[in-house]
Amino acid sequence: MSPRIQEAQPVLSIRGLTTVFKTDLGNVKAVDGLDLDVHAGATLGIVGESGCGKSTVGLSIMMLIPDPPGKVTSGEIRFMGEDLTRLSNRDMRRIRGDKISMIFQEPMTSINPVRRVGETITEIIRAHRRISRKEAWEKGIEALDKVRIPSPEIRIKDYPHEMSGGMRQRVMIAMAICCDPALIIADEPTTALDVTIQAQILDLLDRIKDELGTSVILITHDLGVIAENAAQVAVMYAGTLVEYADTYTLFDNPLHPYTQGLLLSVPRLGADTSGRRRLNVIPGLVPNLLSLTSGCRFADRCRHVMDVCRREEPRVSFPDGKHLVRCWRFA
Amino acid sequence: MTQKEADPLMPNDSQPQTFRSLAWRRFLRHRLALAGAVVISLIVLAALFAPLLAPHDPNHVEIMSAREGPSFQYLLGTDLVGRDVLSRLIYGARVSLSVGLLAVGMYVIIGLILGCLAGYFGGWVDMVISRLVDAVLSFPVLMLILVIVGLLGPSIINIVLVLGFLGWPEVARIVRGQTLAVREELYVLSSEAVGAPSSRIILKDILPNIMSPIIVNATFGVARAILIEAGLSFLGMGVQPPTASWGNMLNDAQSLSILETMPWIWVPPGLMIFIATISINFVGDGLRDALDPKMN
Amino acid sequence: MHTFIIRRILISIPVILLITMIMYLIINLAPGDPIDMLIGQSGLGVAEIEQIRNSLGLNEPIHIRYLKWLAQLSQGNLGFSYLDHQPVLTRIAERLVPTFSLMLFVIVISYLVAVPLGIISAIRQYTWMDYLATTLAFSGISFPNFFSGLVGIYIFSLVLNWLPTGGLQTIGQDFSILDRLYYLLLPGMVLAFREMGVLVRYTRSSMLDVIRQDYIRTARAGGLSEWSVIFRHALRNALLPLITMLGLTIPRLFAGVVIIEQIFQWPGMGRLAIEAILSRDYPVLMGLTLCTAVMVLLGNLLADILYGLADPRIRMSGRR
Repeated sequence: MSPRIQEAQPVLSIRGLTTVFKTDLGNVKAVDGLDLDVHAGATLGIVGESGCGKSTVGLSIMMLIPDPPGKVTSGEIRFMGEDLTRLSNRDMRRIRGDKISMIFQEPMTSINPVRRVGETITEIIRAHRRISRKEAWEKGIEALDKVRIPSPEIRIKDYPHEMSGGMRQRVMIAMAICCDPALIIADEPTTALDVTIQAQILDLLDRIKDELGTSVILITHDLGVIAENAAQVAVMYAGTLVEYADTYTLFDNPLHPYTQGLLLSVPRLGADTSGRRRLNVIPGLVPNLLSLTSGCRFADRCRHVMDVCRREEPRVSFPDGKHLVRCWRFA
Repeated sequence: MTQKEADPLMPNDSQPQTFRSLAWRRFLRHRLALAGAVVISLIVLAALFAPLLAPHDPNHVEIMSAREGPSFQYLLGTDLVGRDVLSRLIYGARVSLSVGLLAVGMYVIIGLILGCLAGYFGGWVDMVISRLVDAVLSFPVLMLILVIVGLLGPSIINIVLVLGFLGWPEVARIVRGQTLAVREELYVLSSEAVGAPSSRIILKDILPNIMSPIIVNATFGVARAILIEAGLSFLGMGVQPPTASWGNMLNDAQSLSILETMPWIWVPPGLMIFIATISINFVGDGLRDALDPKMN
Repeated sequence: MHTFIIRRILISIPVILLITMIMYLIINLAPGDPIDMLIGQSGLGVAEIEQIRNSLGLNEPIHIRYLKWLAQLSQGNLGFSYLDHQPVLTRIAERLVPTFSLMLFVIVISYLVAVPLGIISAIRQYTWMDYLATTLAFSGISFPNFFSGLVGIYIFSLVLNWLPTGGLQTIGQDFSILDRLYYLLLPGMVLAFREMGVLVRYTRSSMLDVIRQDYIRTARAGGLSEWSVIFRHALRNALLPLITMLGLTIPRLFAGVVIIEQIFQWPGMGRLAIEAILSRDYPVLMGLTLCTAVMVLLGNLLADILYGLADPRIRMSGRR
């Protein structure tokens, strides 16, 4: 189904992914019928505001959705010839940390505080490779070196609280690459860090991607990060994919009204503000996923809304062969 | 074309989503807590309507019928001096419940006041109160209870006072912590910015938002107080006969022969203490789950 | 670490003094004094009673008496019991072992049983195992321990005749560990029932808290087995608060011990306390107060030290 954005077979292929959460007030489809491809050696950005389901996509791929209260209810995730949604927990464990790894948002709380950093890394390595503790330790030092931690053979014996936030995030990346994965999912890897460190971490991810040939899924709400680091972009809104294209194409010619709204709302230096006294915002609010009405989820906030938009959910279309859009204006 | 403006405070569905209604729903799902609530309500009702429910006067002594097992006239039998066990059981509920509620009520109020003051004003007020909290907490509590009640005379008032004076530090500590946390919230800062008096800020902004852990703590506290009163009465240092308390009804059973031959004297009061306490504990657990937003 | 311990001990001393001072005050505020206890029994005249009072120094003002007590204390002398004129120290010392052996038994059994139960309860939350463990735990917490004691005696001693009804050991028999254990079993299990209830709940909630943490998700994302996640990552973090509990358990157990010793005629410090209160034996009461205050403070100190050792974040805060 994918548009001819790239020729090669995708590393990861998602079709119709739906993830549902049970809450006190009803079931919520955090992700609803998502289709996505990730290509080899490339970075796919998933962008959207808080609550749009982008983090859930990452966790769903890893099959790490906590059950209860959540569950992947339908769809398939094709990776290396297997459908991850059909794998047993044991088989999925072989893939996690080894073929697909994940980096999380909060480095301060995401590493076990009572164990040395080296112990945690070597444990992951030895979960996937039959090597001695000594060899695993060596590999750990190598991984720390790859993420540019100075004096890795000393730092590997540190406890997490002895490291700064940026360094902890590097450790997380080291944990993610220590087994040479084919895909890394980075969920808001820089949101909790200082701006200067952000740049360093993103550079690091980029370099690792090039050196190891890994693919990366970069989940973020920050358009600027996407612009700099992703080759393709998927825009999500209220659990659905609304637009998908090459980064350049998306920024140059955004088709979906939501994407347009997003891009317009970013304040720019040097922009012409004559005649305008307020920032551009998209009017209205994200719909309540507990009580979705029929039709396009963006209908209430869309300035191009038509009758059909309120009746039926728009189907996917490829207006110019380079873009995927979910909007009645192009159907 | 005009669009329907979504009300930012009211999402697009009709169910009220106040904190209170959500908490209520969570509580209702907790089966044990519900069972506990039902049972303790029954006990409270029995205590309130004791004069109507009790078949006999709990203090009426009938030597001729003493030490008899359950019969039609005395449904749970009679005790060593011929008083009806069932009636004493029902009246005993009054004692246990009132001690529990009064003591907890007392120390919650003291703890709230001191904890709020310490948390809100900080500085030397905080220091003094915190030192006081530490000092009382370091006390060997049981020794103190035993000594005070043992020496100053056992009575309901004394027990309530002792429990009240010993229980407030725990509450004060929680209150202080919560006050410190809530103090920096925007709604408090904005009240301060418009010049509201401290008392108003404390009453309207801070207190309503810190009540959850205190309610939970108080509920468990009532259960604990009931157990302590029962223990003291059992030792003879609590409520004195002829007033019936579940604890002192068990006192007679310290003799092995009575223990063995007259179970109707000690099993019912013991069971009642257990049932009342576990019901309150379940309710407390349910409240904690319902009021704590951390749980999914 | 050493400075920490020394500082804590130094701070504790004025607290202990304060506690003993307040206790002394309260004890002496009570109406009546030990001599009143003697009046009925001995048939002594008023003048003789006054004489006895004077000789015991009971007519001196409170603060003088307290200071005298302190002075005695500094010489390692806790005074003499009003009841049988034995040195208070001896009377307390001979009760220490029974009470501590009881407490030790309870602590060991409780931790061994309750911690695994609490862990299972947490990782299998909302299953029947969880409900069973929770109900048992709540029962343990809600059963008044004197009632469990009575029920225990009824079932295991009187009806089944498996265990003795009370006492420290078989009378007339030489000291034997097995015999002592035989007598320890029932009072110990009764106390342990409650303690286990508390511990199961505490372990469960600690485990539940830890499982929700981000680093557990990271461990799972790294492909570690569930076993490894629970036992190597979650447990180590969940046990930290339990270690603190250990120090706080001792003062808490003492409250239960008092009642249980009474029911089982266990010659421990708890029973001594009750005897002393009922007979207004001030010196013994003061001695016991001192002991228990020290126990409480030592318990807290122990808890803090253990926690500091176990949690690397605190252990190393001196270093960097």
